Amino acid sequence: MTTVQLPGRSLEGGSGGAADRLFRNGTRVAGSFLVIALIAIGVMLWLSSSQAFGTFGLGFVTGLTWDPVASIYGALPYVVGTILTSLIAVIVAAPIGVLTAIFLAELAPRRLSIPLTFMIELLAAIPSVVFGLWGVFVLGPFLGHTVEAWAVEHLGWIPIFAGPAYGIGLFTAGIILAIMIVPTIVSISREVISSVPASQREAMAALGATRWEIVTKAVLPYARSGIVGAIILGLGRALGETMAVTMVIGNGQDIPHGLFDQAQTIASKIATTFNEASVGIQTSSLIALGFILLVITIALNVVARLLVWRVAGPPGAR
Amino acid sequence: MAVIAPTIKPAIATRLLRSRSDRRRAVFDRTMRTIALLAALVCVVPLGAVILFVAINGAPALNLDLLTKAPKALGTGGGAASAILGSLQMIPLAALMAIPIGIAAAIYVAEFSGTRSARIVRFAADVLVGIPSILIGIFVFTMLVLPFHQFNAFAGSVALALLMIPVIMRTSEEILRLVPGSLREASLALGIPMWRTVLSVVLRTGLGGILTGVMLAVARAFGETAPLLFTALGSRLVNVGNFSKPMDSLPLFVYTNARAPFTVLNQQAWGAALLLLLIVLTINIAVRARSFRRNVS
Amino acid sequence: MVTTMTESPTTPAEPPQPVPPVDGPSIRPTVPPPARALPEEGTAAAGSIEVTGLNVFYGPFQAIRDISLTIKPNAVTAIIGPSGCGKSTFLRTLNRMHELTPTARVEGSIRLDGTDIMAPDVDPVQLRRVVGMVFQRPNPFPTMSIQDNVVAGLRLTGRHSQAELDEVTERSLRRAALWDEVKDKLKANGTSLSGGQQQRLCIARALAVDPEVILMDEPASALDPVATLRIEQLMAELRQSYTIVIVTHNMQQAARVSDETAFFTMGEERAGYLVETGRTIDIFTNPKNQLTEDYVSGRFG
Repeated sequence: MTTVQLPGRSLEGGSGGAADRLFRNGTRVAGSFLVIALIAIGVMLWLSSSQAFGTFGLGFVTGLTWDPVASIYGALPYVVGTILTSLIAVIVAAPIGVLTAIFLAELAPRRLSIPLTFMIELLAAIPSVVFGLWGVFVLGPFLGHTVEAWAVEHLGWIPIFAGPAYGIGLFTAGIILAIMIVPTIVSISREVISSVPASQREAMAALGATRWEIVTKAVLPYARSGIVGAIILGLGRALGETMAVTMVIGNGQDIPHGLFDQAQTIASKIATTFNEASVGIQTSSLIALGFILLVITIALNVVARLLVWRVAGPPGAR
Repeated sequence: MAVIAPTIKPAIATRLLRSRSDRRRAVFDRTMRTIALLAALVCVVPLGAVILFVAINGAPALNLDLLTKAPKALGTGGGAASAILGSLQMIPLAALMAIPIGIAAAIYVAEFSGTRSARIVRFAADVLVGIPSILIGIFVFTMLVLPFHQFNAFAGSVALALLMIPVIMRTSEEILRLVPGSLREASLALGIPMWRTVLSVVLRTGLGGILTGVMLAVARAFGETAPLLFTALGSRLVNVGNFSKPMDSLPLFVYTNARAPFTVLNQQAWGAALLLLLIVLTINIAVRARSFRRNVS
Repeated sequence: MVTTMTESPTTPAEPPQPVPPVDGPSIRPTVPPPARALPEEGTAAAGSIEVTGLNVFYGPFQAIRDISLTIKPNAVTAIIGPSGCGKSTFLRTLNRMHELTPTARVEGSIRLDGTDIMAPDVDPVQLRRVVGMVFQRPNPFPTMSIQDNVVAGLRLTGRHSQAELDEVTERSLRRAALWDEVKDKLKANGTSLSGGQQQRLCIARALAVDPEVILMDEPASALDPVATLRIEQLMAELRQSYTIVIVTHNMQQAARVSDETAFFTMGEERAGYLVETGRTIDIFTNPKNQLTEDYVSGRFG
């Protein structure tokens, strides 16, 4: 039973018969495993958090108190903490990351771009705990004594810059996250920028544009949605990052009011309290926190990929 | 003897010179290019800073004691032997589970790529890659820890495997796509059945790249902590071979000792972090350098 | 043996007349097309290009060997020859576009109106406003409207009033014989036009910055015959105000459209060189070189 072969990729027919069918089904099972795992994760997290959502309803998301003693659980301080740290991370990392991607893709000579790319990939390989350790003992105190102390002294009358400047808190967590998501933003932006057709650059060059103008007026407008996708993927990573954030964010239980307050994110709250939690409503509430995080990260992930595909094409079509 | 009529526009030679606004544009161009260069340099500063401080703080603590002694039950002292042994057991088990599934799934998506099920599988892999590792840990907790009321190292390995599978699948799939279709066609034309074609011809051609992807996934799993928090839990006892009980791992060791209120333990955290960093970076550098050389040659 | 020729203008110094566009009624542009200074006797005519001893290398590979020729102003010069013999490479050196490739290296001199364009004090950015280029495949900017496409080059030099932009848009689109087709949809996306219209849009875009020379790299090869004919008619008008150099692999097109022709071919070690240059009518009816004769009469091998 031979059928037409799709160009170069899909193999149909062939002489293997039963063995081929077995092969195809076997690999399909492996593929299904991924799909099943994904569905299972969503289902299990939902089921385990249903007790919490059942008890508190949507008030869980807006609830302000997390009190195991009184058995009242509210997610808002942790949602806010997650959003704020990730926001700081993206605000710092996006400009630096996109500029770096532009440099590596458009402006740098190969003898610079190759080692720099290599080093940025190594940055991505550093384990989260190592960042956390470095953050707790090096970056945190450093920021506390320099940036935070300066801000508290000169801008402390503005509420969000109010002290005290511990070095451990929202701001440091945001900065560490920024360092950790920059490689993501750089590599995906760079891929998107490289996929802009050369004819666009040539057209702009032939009109008498400087190299920077070629980038800003021809390349970036073309790559715009893909770069936004890259930034969103970085945001997604920041939202889910656990260990480094847990180690440098302190232990705030309320909604943080200032940049330098201690806080908790969803991930750090789960990391620190899960094992001591009593099975039942408390554990269910923690898992419910996780479920909120799951929904947000999956949604962002899908949106971001669609944006990247709009510019660079889906994988396999590149 | 020609008459020179008044010009409306300047001669070419004048137009080739820079006007004031052109000079401004040139300056702006150079400034922005410098800023872009600075941004790129800023990106690598943290790499140097982390490596530097981990090396400085960790080197004094990275001694034989750290490597060979188990943590003391009470107080301080001891070493990271339980953690090192734990990592050396859980990671290979996780890899054993993840590599076949990941590569098989990659083969499915790459070789039967037109079908809708292949697209669904790839989409699932993309989504899985983006799921925070701590949530994977919670999932495995509900499946493999809660029912038995027992934290265990097997659950830890499963969690790590779940992290590795989508990564291995995507990198392998990309490699398989690069294998030219003519290779497959030639093999089939010789009468070699498809399953054999894929395993002997396609896979072998892409083996180097696939291995690279696998090694990078292993390196990543080595450094993961969050999925182990609620599965393998970590332990101060040395556990060799018993996957039904908790087991420590190197990143877990760093985490617990970093938060401990004793400076001696903090120093051990630095030492363990240095060891962890050395392992992870060595794998990364070796693998990337090898693939770089293969690409160039 | 060959189809009819167009007459080539004799002197380059005739002041250009306003010409009606191909489609639509004759109009008087608000700003007359620029007059060119009549040169003194013996000096280089405005818009002429003199190439001497040009060699082009990509890394160690020599793409062009020792080319010397003069491009006459207010004329269409066609560069013909088999593929791979460096025609496009040559064209791209005329506005220093070869510098977009890092490994490209050029020896020899190219003088535009007497000024050496490779001189260190000549900025390629400035040069490309004087020497414009139209590419083989139309490449309008997809994120910009038709009007924004036309004035894209103009906007680089600073702020312009909307009135000025509108005027330049109309003038350039008229000169490119596209105005009547798009005047009601200037805000539409640049890629919403047909292939031939897109190419005329790219020509309008090149004209908007007021160049002296327009380089065209096989401008009609991606277009259908009707669109091709319009582009050729456009070239015939444009040469009254500009110097045009076109690379084409289509001999009949060269014969129809150009006043001067240069024949390139591939020499030893795949380096292109100039075989013969001269008036189109001579090249096609009475070539001096046997290689030229073989090429234009279709002999090969």
